[in-house]
Amino acid sequence: MRIPCPYCGARDAQEFTYLGDANPKRPDRMEATEAAMFDYVYQRDNPAGRFRELWYHGAGCHAWLVVTRDTKTHAIEAAEPAKPSKAGAAA
Amino acid sequence: MRYSVFSLLAQTLAGHKGWKPAWRDAAPKHEYDVLVIGGGGHGLATAYYLASQHGISNVAVIEKGYIGSGNVGRNTTIIRSNYLLPGNTPFYEHSMKLWEGLEQDINYNAMVSQRGVLNLYHSDAQRDAYARRGNAMRLAGVDAELLDREQVRAMVPFFNYETGRFPIQGGLLQRRGGSVRHDAVAWGYARAADQRGVDIVQNCEVTGLSIENGRVTGVETSRGPIKAKKIALAVAGNSSRLAAMAGMRLPIESHVLQAFVSEGVKPLIDTVVTYGAGHFYVSQSDKGGLVFGGDIDGYNSYAQRGNLPVIEDVMESAMALWPGVGRLRVLRHWGGIMDMSMDGSPIIDHTPIDGLYLNAGWCYGGFKATPASGWCFAHLIARDEPHPVATAFRLDRFTTGRVIDEKGVGAQPNLH
Repeated sequence: MRIPCPYCGARDAQEFTYLGDANPKRPDRMEATEAAMFDYVYQRDNPAGRFRELWYHGAGCHAWLVVTRDTKTHAIEAAEPAKPSKAGAAA
Repeated sequence: MRYSVFSLLAQTLAGHKGWKPAWRDAAPKHEYDVLVIGGGGHGLATAYYLASQHGISNVAVIEKGYIGSGNVGRNTTIIRSNYLLPGNTPFYEHSMKLWEGLEQDINYNAMVSQRGVLNLYHSDAQRDAYARRGNAMRLAGVDAELLDREQVRAMVPFFNYETGRFPIQGGLLQRRGGSVRHDAVAWGYARAADQRGVDIVQNCEVTGLSIENGRVTGVETSRGPIKAKKIALAVAGNSSRLAAMAGMRLPIESHVLQAFVSEGVKPLIDTVVTYGAGHFYVSQSDKGGLVFGGDIDGYNSYAQRGNLPVIEDVMESAMALWPGVGRLRVLRHWGGIMDMSMDGSPIIDHTPIDGLYLNAGWCYGGFKATPASGWCFAHLIARDEPHPVATAFRLDRFTTGRVIDEKGVGAQPNLH
């Protein structure tokens, strides 16, 4: 599997570290109830098909990417920076 | 037909023309008492024990492909009960005891071979961890022996002992561990369940679950609707998809795990060995091929095929442990889909929906658990209470904090 890094070009997946689902957002402040934290930490949609997930390009540009991939075919539709970059900011 | 030396002799004299199919290719009826979704090892064992232990035989097992086409056909056939944590030890030991009596119980040759499972250690810290594990096992009535380097060398002399970054210092041996012919497990349970009246329905894919007032009433399938009072999910790899049909989310991700078989060679290794310095394990099948594997691919996948980086990693571990295997060719490799749960342990429990039961999250340790998984799941379905050796495998353990993190690597499926 090769991941089309927007900064480095298509690279072998071995250069990257996988984190998982890119959709969950950590509940903050008053929203961070026990149930919401449980949902965030443990529960997963785990879809068969189109999936947005986080990869870290540790052997390349050190950027976090959101990769859109089909979990049934491993075909990659897009790879974008996880955070729209501010100059010099850690992703 | 009961298989015995006499039936074999009679068939031999008759030119082997009288063998019957091992189970009926049943068409689904309109209604069952219990519907088991998933015709793998766990689903078939569940149906068999429902019939044999609880007298519930109005049961169907429905399978989207053919039975044994999923993970029971993918594993590396190893059985063991060398677990450390209280939630796990009695369950896996129960499974081991069921393996020991399985062939007599189901009248089927599953080639249960207690050739031993040897976990190698390579450092003082790892030796201490294995000593602790062995002690925990022996306290729970499970057999365990801590071997030093020379004892290991006497068992498996051809490994790389002297050089390398991870010299072998010894190993933890469970002599009752070993391997079982995996396909025969599916076929044997299917035949034994069928003989007790269970319908084995193949090529029948579930497309929807019918739920009325918080209670399941049946399923929609590619072969029409089927009603059932109780529905049991045993579809490891696809648990999230089935649960989504019931509006549930699970603490599970699906990942590919690959397995490998070399070309057939004369007997080389008469036990199962795991390499403690990397993730690699190897045994030899009765056909002569070395069967081995390593890590999961480590990202969500339903593809049932692996990718090359893990293959390279497994081969590197193999060469580090056993340089001689470099002379062998890999005959084939394949991938299956694992339910990676968030603490690395399984789930056998009710769901919040009445009449819907869940057997999931086996990570990549499901094969050794097959008999006890079926036994405990059948108990839960029949009596609506968990079996004493499976009380820790609750779905709510993630909210109550009672996670079972056997490997101690945290609550993320990509680390197990």
